[in-house]
Amino acid sequence: MENAVELRDIVKRFGSFTAVHRMSLDIEQGSFLTLLGPSGCGKTTTLRMIAGLIDTTEGDISIKGKRVNNLPIHKRNLGIVFQNYALFPHKTINENVAFGLKYRGVVGEEAERRVRDALELVQLPQMGDRYPRQLSGGQQQRIALARAIVIEPDVLLLDEPLSALDANLREDMRVELKRIQDKLGITTVFVTHDQGEALAMSDKIVVMRGGKIEQVGEPQAVYDAPESEFVAEFLGSTNILGGRVSGRQGEGVTVDATPFEGVEVPADRAGQTNGATDIKLLLRAEKLLVEPGGSADGGGIAAPAVVETVDYQGQSVRYFLRVGDRRLQAINMVNGKPFAEGETVTARFDPRHCSLLPAQPGEAQA
Amino acid sequence: MASIEQAERRAPWILLSPALTAVGLLLLVPLVFVLVYSFWLRSAVGGIDATFSFNNWAEVLGDRFYRDILLQTIKIALITTVVCALAGYPAAYFIARVKGVNRGFLLLLLMLPFWVSYIIRTMSWINILGVSGAVNSLLQAMGIVTDPIQMLYNETTVVLGLVHYLLPFMILNIYVSLDGIDTTLEDAAHSLGATRWQAFTEVTLPLSMPGLGAGALLCFVLGAGTYITPIILGGPRDAMFANLVFDAIITQLDWPLGAALSLALLVVLGTVVVVYNRFAGLGQLAKGLG
Ligand SMILES: Nc1ncnc2c1ncn2[C@@H]1O[C@H](COP(=O)(O)OP(=O)(O)O)[C@@H](O)[C@H]1O
Ligand SMILES: [Mg+2]
Repeated sequence: MENAVELRDIVKRFGSFTAVHRMSLDIEQGSFLTLLGPSGCGKTTTLRMIAGLIDTTEGDISIKGKRVNNLPIHKRNLGIVFQNYALFPHKTINENVAFGLKYRGVVGEEAERRVRDALELVQLPQMGDRYPRQLSGGQQQRIALARAIVIEPDVLLLDEPLSALDANLREDMRVELKRIQDKLGITTVFVTHDQGEALAMSDKIVVMRGGKIEQVGEPQAVYDAPESEFVAEFLGSTNILGGRVSGRQGEGVTVDATPFEGVEVPADRAGQTNGATDIKLLLRAEKLLVEPGGSADGGGIAAPAVVETVDYQGQSVRYFLRVGDRRLQAINMVNGKPFAEGETVTARFDPRHCSLLPAQPGEAQA
Repeated sequence: MASIEQAERRAPWILLSPALTAVGLLLLVPLVFVLVYSFWLRSAVGGIDATFSFNNWAEVLGDRFYRDILLQTIKIALITTVVCALAGYPAAYFIARVKGVNRGFLLLLLMLPFWVSYIIRTMSWINILGVSGAVNSLLQAMGIVTDPIQMLYNETTVVLGLVHYLLPFMILNIYVSLDGIDTTLEDAAHSLGATRWQAFTEVTLPLSMPGLGAGALLCFVLGAGTYITPIILGGPRDAMFANLVFDAIITQLDWPLGAALSLALLVVLGTVVVVYNRFAGLGQLAKGLG
């Protein structure tokens, strides 16, 4: 498929500090791409370079196949939603939404119709005559979205648009935003530090760290087969156990990683370790099941464990378990009563849900 | 519950009482005296003759001389205000948006003139523009003119002196307004297709109007009420209204006439403030001064 946006070796330096290091990325037409990473990793800087709000120090940016490095922002035809909404406080909602249309020569009835359609799309058709301050945060967010999409931009750029909303509203807006993006089929670049948002909405996730791309992939691939400890830990809670390869067969790799032995990891999840003997076993906290002590053999790998800490979260519960001399995290759904602290339990997991990394990054390639 | 609410309602008044007392004693009471004086007469020896009379008011309101000087005063104050606005806006914008420079330092520079007496600052123009001032010396040294040019003592130098005095007030007021405007608003306008200039005129300028308005009001009122600048930098025909008050009271020892004149000026400027408050509110003014 055609790429809506292409980044080629872009670099951004602020003085001697490099915020983005030689980043290259293709963003497919109509796709929803998320830049995910901790605060300060260069997400906003990358987005602002695509937007044209700041210059690139090096590298090329193309939108719809055209190099835009020197094209000023107001000629790039982008829709931007800012974290703080940036609605014009002295203009009504209608005027806010119509702002971009005016500069595209769309006025009069045509403009009115398109503003009305946009407000309907964000489900706030009655708000046109109000001022931004008369709207709640969530409503302002929708208006900001309406203002950005009404101009039918080539690309929609969103910088942490949900982070200022409270938790319930955030989940509603997440669904809403995805619905609108699907409906319009608009190429979207979304910036967030929230892995839940990234996993729920994206066609593709770009995990960033320290101004570099750490991993690119579909949500499930990034989640199931992280290519680094950083990605594994950033996307949910992961237990990382040092270990050794004890055997290889056609289907996969068998590893011993204290306190577990004979863990058979499928080949597609051991990708990076070909050849290495020292490895790290990644076991997601959600995949480690806590069962009553001494429970019958339920398959997979099991070990006796003691519950050290219980962090009850309603529908789920996070346990910190002691297994041998290791401390492991498990996040389980609660059915009935959660286990109590000090209780002896069985920790069990299916080795097909594990993945492997070489103990030293880059060793596998050597 | 009720007593807590009552205490809460009383608290602001208790906190305000020292200020209210000061305003009452130092402003309202003297103002009442001035009002009373304006209906009395000057005695033959320059004292005050406490007999009720409309004479002073008849003179102030009836004499074309006073009206003309009032109009002249308003004109000079208006020109000063416009010049301050045009010169002050870019400066304020620069301070509000500059990156990598210590903004506090720039604001300090702006305050620096206040450390020197306003009279001395005004007199400094004599050293610059006077017949033996810097500009004339330079022109003569370069052989451009042989005899010094008389540049001082006209309406232009009065405006110059007033701008010099009032520009920092204008800049501060606009700066406070601009500083409160989220810069992403301009980015948003820009991203929607407006050029930088269009983004400025559509978003930043209207949002900074309160600061510009407050600065303009301050410049106008302070400019229209001044008498020092015209004395130092004006010619004989450049008297402003406050000079009349000064003359009446200090030169002619006619306190009752001076009282009537100063009340007339107070009413005119007060009307401007009230009208402004009606349309824009004075809250912004307090921000700019603070
Ligand atoms: N204008 C700037 N001047 C100097 N450093 C900056 C500037 N903008 C961002 N940075 C730095 O660049 C890094 C990346 O910032 P940013 O892209 O905002 O991160 P993120 O959005 O991922 O939290 C940060 O360390 C930040 O301090
Ligand atoms: Mg950011």
